[in-house]
Parts: sequence; C-alpha cells; structure tokens
Amino acid sequence: MNRLQTLEEFDQWQLARQQEYNPDRPVITVCGGTGCRVYGSEKVWEAFRSELTRQGADGDLYYDVKVTGCHGFCERGPLVVIRPQGIFYSHVKVEDVPEIVSETILGSRTIERLLYVDPVSGEKIIHEHDVPFYTHQKRLILEKNGNLDPAEISEYIAGGGYSALAAVLRSWTPEQVISAVKSSGLRGRGGAGFSTGVKWSLCAANVLKTGDGYIVCNADEGDPGAYMDRSVMEGNPHSVIEGMLIGAYAMGVHQGFVYIRAEYPLAVKNLRLAIQQAEELGLLGEDILHSGFDFKLSVRLGAGAFVCGEETALIASIEGRIGEPRPRPPYPAESGLWGKPTNINNVKTWAAVPIIIRHGAEWYARIGTEKSKGTLIFSVVGKINNTGLVEVPMGITLRELIFDIGGGIPRGKAFKAAQIGGPSGGCLPAEHLNVKMDYESLTSLGAIVGSGGLVVADEDTCMVDFARYFMTFTQQESCGKCVPCRIGTKAMLETLTRICNGEGQPDDLEYLEELGSHIRASSLCALGQTSPNPVLSTLRYFREEYEAHIYEKRCPARVCKPLITYRIDVERCTGCMVCLRNCSGGAIQGEKGQPHSIDPEHCTRCGVCRNLCKFDAVLVA
Amino acid sequence: MISLTIDEQSIQVPAGRTLLEACREHGISIPTLCYHPALEPYGGCRLCMVELEIPGRPPRLVAACVYPCEEGLVVHTRSALALKSRMMTAELLLAGARGVPEIEQLAAELGVETVRFQLAETNTCVLCGLCVRACREIVGVSAISLIERGMAKKVSAPFELASSRCIGCGTCVLICPTGAFRFDEVAGFHNVEPTLEGYRRGYYRASGEIDLRPDFVQDLPALLRRQGQAGEAKG
Amino acid sequence: MDISIDDIDRIINQEAFGEGSLIAALEAIQMRYNYLPSEAIILASDRFGVPLSQIYSVATFYNAFSLKPKGKHCLQVCMGTACHVRGSPQVLDRIESKLGIQPGDTSSDHLFTLETVNCLGACALGPIVVTDGEYSGQMSIQKADQLLKTILRAEVKA
Repeated sequence: MNRLQTLEEFDQWQLARQQEYNPDRPVITVCGGTGCRVYGSEKVWEAFRSELTRQGADGDLYYDVKVTGCHGFCERGPLVVIRPQGIFYSHVKVEDVPEIVSETILGSRTIERLLYVDPVSGEKIIHEHDVPFYTHQKRLILEKNGNLDPAEISEYIAGGGYSALAAVLRSWTPEQVISAVKSSGLRGRGGAGFSTGVKWSLCAANVLKTGDGYIVCNADEGDPGAYMDRSVMEGNPHSVIEGMLIGAYAMGVHQGFVYIRAEYPLAVKNLRLAIQQAEELGLLGEDILHSGFDFKLSVRLGAGAFVCGEETALIASIEGRIGEPRPRPPYPAESGLWGKPTNINNVKTWAAVPIIIRHGAEWYARIGTEKSKGTLIFSVVGKINNTGLVEVPMGITLRELIFDIGGGIPRGKAFKAAQIGGPSGGCLPAEHLNVKMDYESLTSLGAIVGSGGLVVADEDTCMVDFARYFMTFTQQESCGKCVPCRIGTKAMLETLTRICNGEGQPDDLEYLEELGSHIRASSLCALGQTSPNPVLSTLRYFREEYEAHIYEKRCPARVCKPLITYRIDVERCTGCMVCLRNCSGGAIQGEKGQPHSIDPEHCTRCGVCRNLCKFDAVLVA
Repeated sequence: MISLTIDEQSIQVPAGRTLLEACREHGISIPTLCYHPALEPYGGCRLCMVELEIPGRPPRLVAACVYPCEEGLVVHTRSALALKSRMMTAELLLAGARGVPEIEQLAAELGVETVRFQLAETNTCVLCGLCVRACREIVGVSAISLIERGMAKKVSAPFELASSRCIGCGTCVLICPTGAFRFDEVAGFHNVEPTLEGYRRGYYRASGEIDLRPDFVQDLPALLRRQGQAGEAKG
Repeated sequence: MDISIDDIDRIINQEAFGEGSLIAALEAIQMRYNYLPSEAIILASDRFGVPLSQIYSVATFYNAFSLKPKGKHCLQVCMGTACHVRGSPQVLDRIESKLGIQPGDTSSDHLFTLETVNCLGACALGPIVVTDGEYSGQMSIQKADQLLKTILRAEVKA
C-alpha cells in the first residue's frame, strides 16, 4: 500500500475501495473471535477454503471466506453467516462444511439442523437479522464485527472508516470536535460515566498551558466476565485508532498509548497489525494527510494486575513502575504520564467517537435516556441461555436484557440476581427486573454500570459465596498500599469465609456493613472504594441467605460445602456403580444392582456423582 | 494566599500547601503514620482522613496529607465521620500488629476498644513505606523497596538478600515508627557502629561481614566479571 | 536453558523504544526463558538506569512475571465470574489434588505449573483451562482428569 499524502488522495482511495467492494458479492463470514476459536472455528474456515476449491465454488461463483471479529452470540459458536442473504448457521462443525458448500452455497438450500431455533416459538430462524438475540440490539460499536476482516484496513475504509478523521482534519477546529462530543452526551464507558466532552476539554486546556500531553486507551479490561473491549479490539481495532486520532487532534496531543492486557493475545496481534497498516497508509505518523497534524500510537502490554485498570495505576505501569494508584488531585488531565496532561478513556468510549462525528452529535443524543446517551455493551454471562455480547440503547430494562435477548435461564431455573459491574458492582434481584439500564437508575439501587459485565445468578447460586468470590478477587488484586483496602478486605473475606463454613457469628453482619462502609469512604483508589459493593449489595437484597448461614448453619442454595450433605435416593438409584467408580473421596459404597450410599465422612462434596448420575438419584441437602 | 475554613477557623495559607500542612501550621493536630515532612506525602495509612463539606452533596473524606488547599474549602478534622474512620483504620492496623507498643498506643488514642479481627501473623512492620521512601528520596540509593502486592507486600532488598547499594546510613532505622527495621538484615556487609542515642530497641548493631551466596552477584560489573565478558556498564 | 547476557541485552535493546518500555522488555524476557533470571533483572537495572530494587519490585508485583523457572506444561484455570458460576472451583480443586500443587507452584518434577487467570474473555465456554496456550472449554472434573492423563501419556512416550 502506498502512503496517502493528502485528503484528496484519501477520498480517491476510499472511493476506489468502495467500488471494488460489491455488497452483493457472496461471502462466507466465519467468526474468528477468541470464543469461537476455542470452539474450533479456525478449522472450520480452513475447511471452507479447501472445500470451496474442491467443489469448484471458487471460480465463476466466486465465494470469499472471511474471518471476522467476534459476532457476539458466543453461546452458539462457531458462527457462520453466509452473505449477502445473511443465512445464519450456529454450532458449525468441520464435518458440516462440505454439506454447507454443496447445499447452501451451490444449491441455495438451507440445512435445518444448523439453523437457530427460537426457544419460545420453536421456530427455525434462517436469517441473522431475524434472530431475536440480534433484533433487540442496537449495534453501533459492534456493527461491523460480523462482516469485517480486522486484518484488512481497506475493508474498514471501504465501509466508511477514517472518513470522520478526514472530515475533522479537513474542516473542523479542535474546539468544534470537543463541542460535538460534549453535546452528544457521551459518558465514559470505563465505568465512571464522566462526561467525555468535559474530560477532553479539561485536558485540552492543560495541554495549551504545558504545550504537551498524551492520550491513552484503557484496554486493561480486568473485570472477570467482561470481554467486550477484547471483542472490539479483536474485531474492529481501527475504530479505536480513528477515535484516538480524532481525540488527539481535539486535545492537541501527538502521542498516544493503548494499554492492553497481555491475556488477550489475539486482540494485541490484531491491534498491532492495524497500527502497522495505518502507518503504512499514512494515517498515523507525521503530517497526516498533509494536515500538519502528527500522531504516533504505541501499544503497551499489561502484566497481570487488575489494579492497572485504574487510571493512575495504569499511568504508573506505562512509566515502568509498580501499579500503585496515586492520590487525586492532581487528576491525570492535569498531571498524568511523566507529569504531563493525560486523557485516558476506555476502548468503547474511543470507538464511539468516529460514530458521533460521522452521524452527528444530535443523532447520537437521540439514543438512550435523558442523562445517559448512546448504547451500552453488556457481556451477558453466567446462568443464561444466550451467553454473549449485547449492545443496547441506554434505558432498556433488565428484563428485556435477560429474557428477550438473553433467552432466559437454562434448565427452567428461576432468575435470582444479575450482578453488574464485576468486583466493583452490585447485584439486582428479581424485584428490580424493570429497572432501566442507565447510570443513574442503577446507582440508585446500589449497582453500577461499570464495565458492563453482567453475570446472571439463578436459584442454585449462593449469594454469600458469590460475594466471597468477589472479595477473594479483590484481595488478590489489591496493590496493598493503603490500610483499609489491604487489611480491610482481608477482614471482610475472612468473615465471609467463616459464614460460608458455618462458623458465622451474629455480630458478623453488622461488622461487614461497618467495615464495608469504612473501606468505601477511606480507601485510596476506586478498587478499594468499590470493593465492598458486592457484599453490601447482597446484604441489602439477600440478607435472609446470610442469616440462614449464620443462625441455621444452612446454605439455602446448597453450595457451601461444609453446610451440605450429599445423599443417594434409594428409590431412584439403579446401582449402576458409575458414581462409585468416579468418587474422588472413595465415599460411595454399594454393590452392582443395589442402591448405593454415600459416607458423609469421606464425601468431599465435589459434585461428580451428581453430574454423572443419569437417574437424578443424587440429592443435595 | 488561599482562604479556607478548618474546624470553623478561618485560615489563610500560601498556594501549594496540603490540608495537613495547613493544619500543622495552625496548631490543629491530625494523627499520621506514613507522613514525614522531609518526604513526598504517600497517602497510604489513611489515618489523616478529614471531612470535606460539599454543598448539595454528602460529605467526603479525604487524606489531609495529599489533598491540596483550595479556595473556599470547608474542612472538619474531628467530625464523627473522620473520627470513626481513624478508629476503624487503627483497629485494622492493630489486627496485624498486636503487642507492637506504638500501634497499641495509637489505637488506644483513637478509641479502639475491641479488635474484631485478627491476622494470622503479627508484624512489627506496618508498611508505612517511610524507610523505602527515605532511602529513595533523601539518601538517593534505593537500596530497598516494597515488593509483592496486597497482603504479601513487604520491605525487602533486591532478591530478598543484602543490598549492595546500601551505604549503611541508618536512615531507615531512624525513620521507622515501630522499630521494625533491622539494620543487619539489609546492610549486611557494612560494619557500622551506632553512635547516636536516637536508635531504639537495640536492633541496630550492624553485623560484620555477611556471607553472601558465592554464586550470587548484585551489580553489573560483578555479573560481567563472573561471566568473563568485557561488557560496558553505564551506571 | 542457558542464560545468555548477549541475548538478554538484545531483547532489552529491541524493546527499548521510547520511554517506559521496561515492562515490555521484562515480558519479552519472560516469554523467552519462561521466567525472569536474576541476570535479566540486573541487566535491566543497568540498561534502563533504574535502581535494582525498583526492577525487583516490578518483577514481584505483576502476575505476568515469574522469578522461578516454570514447569514444562503451564495449566491456567480461568477463575472469572462466569467460569466460577459454572463450576471452575471444582475443576481447580481437582487439578490441585491430582498434581499435588497449589496455584502459583510448579510440581517437583518440573512438569507442571498451575496458575489461575482472571477472565480470558471466552465466557460462553466456561469453565476454561488453558494448557500451553491451548484453550479447553466446558471443563468438568472428568475432563480435567482426561486432560492430565493425555499430557502424562504424551510425556511417557517422549
């Protein structure tokens, strides 16, 4: 690719790519996101390549096979969508490929068994745009993920990419850019929800004073269960690069960093490749498109510390230090990387910027609610039928998210709670299913939007154990600098552990609340300040569960091992000996054909017997 | 000059002061552990929390040692919220430092009556970081640092052995508020006789030649000598 | 593997683009040697002009770095929320008891290092175990047993 020297050359190049790109051209898109790769999608697309040749479908009927980023419907991977019709096949295996080529590609027939079946109506759905999981979404940031090869910058540009940058460089002033971002109502998608436009203007003012500054993309997505940033970086890295270019122009800075988790190797690879291609084309570097504007973007890897998702710890990490947060004020906009004004935004915030510039701030502000504009991406995981990434307008209800899009709870179990925002977040029980998903509504109920990670719990989830899980995580990730977080979360964890072990004391709940309140008010950084949220929120809505553990030494959800016993129902047991052979503690006794029994002394409550028993003869009480 | 209100007193300070500095200049006492006037404030112990009154919103606690004085701030250093915070922090500190006289005394002064939690191990070191920061900022050799993170955090020389950059000045021992710092554990091979009465607890007799593991080297020249290569050392 | 000063120097120079690339350099060395040899930490201190104690702090603060050589096979169990809810603790327990080690440790025969990882972002397939970079999804106690058997069988053959 030759370097594009001017804005005119960019326009011409874009036009040429658009003319090459025929929307009616048949393409088989195979999802290449990390999730589908674990399912084996790499073998699937290789099989398509060889099968198309073998069956002669790559001549006049020229079919392209494209590996895209994460489509979002992760529960159903590997996902294959045949375009332009949009025929949607899920759970595609290598063995299915020859049939797909001969029947659907060459024969125009759909293969029934690979179609998505609507769980409510029982209907088989042929086209992607009719799949309920997608129809309820409003995919702005994730829009291109199913149809873009992230390794080809020409595809991004053919689809309108970098036009926003070109428009800005051509005829917008930095002030106009900031004004547009302000009026769009875009709020930081990293979790805090601070007005992005205001944040940019603060940094821009400081850059004017000091003459220099930096911008950073926070791609250190550490919340366990949240992976939307990964999918954006894997599937559409140029959207972030373009957003950062526009932001750099607006704030008057010339260097930027993407701080990304090392645990996301595919995202790192695709991002690095995207930067390289952008540099080749002249969209990154000096005098971009002859505008006089310079911008250099570098990648910095995280090194396995959740705390580095916090702005000041992230800055310390880029500087080659340990990830200890620094007191604020001064805020990074005033003094950040190497003491210079620094603006840090989340991946999704940067990716929203080109969309806002292209469609207009007013258009964006029409989506969402009065104070929360635009769309949110949730990763809906846990006890849910349709695990995946979901982009919805702000203000959608939790009920719609869980049931209409999420497909409800597997195996007919009852919804218990949705935990939103990871270790910093709170949970929402069934009584709040009608809550609107936006910043203010969630905060008023003790939850947060946070990263958008949404974990669904059902009747078999113990909320005390769930809270303990998050406190364990916090303890492992605490940097250890300040007393309330370092020692306070340890105190909370040990108390929760005692409660789960049946050693809870009546005073424990009051202590947890007092301690939680203290840690929130006195910790140095947001990691500590938000760490009691899962505990305080579960105490608020599920106090009776805590009380059962303490006063009755009982775990209502039958999860906490010291409080449960495994027993075999002699009526149902056929004596097949499968459980006996697999028992990790050697606790099961019995003869073939005779009902078995479990010796509670040796039972480790590992649950293997219950998983294996085909007769549902293992009971937990 | 900046005007602000602390404990209903109207106070004027030059720009650039922190709340703690302003308080100390005006005879308002706030407990601290990790603060030292000769070092950059750390904000780690959280004992110096004071309450900020914010119109139209609930009050907020901030660490006085790092929070800058701003025009018009209204601060309460002894509000119920601030006192409770200090007491809770002291209780947590004591949970890991039972029997350490300085922490016992601090906790008593701040109103701790019962300690509802016990750490498995008692540690005289409370991770205030003064030793490490003094070694870096005042002495300038950075012989020791804080390693690991979370509850495993501790003060150590590189590789948890003696430090070759230590000059045996004893600043770390002097500045340690609890006397946790053992001079002989770090200085190792320096032979220093203490002469000042300020040293406490008798831990400070530097040991003589410590037998460093013969296969272990600590700086680049020694490393290269061992490797038998002619390398260039920058520093 | 032999530790070569020249090799480590080369890696450091390669990563030393612009300021603050210390962590990138350490990560590259970790990838090459499967741990951070003390030689690397000393060299990094000299080449970056940063006190040795600070490099050592960095090496011990971040999970990505290991100061001891890792085992031949690295098993990472995802402990993310979605995996937790689907039963990853039981999978971890099983692997712990079969190998006789805790997360963070290497087995005495240097064959296995066991680690926990916080969310790999493949939540639909939880619980997940990553073996030497290869992902295995929908893990259960039985599948964990199978995984270990497969690795050991391959070792015996080799």
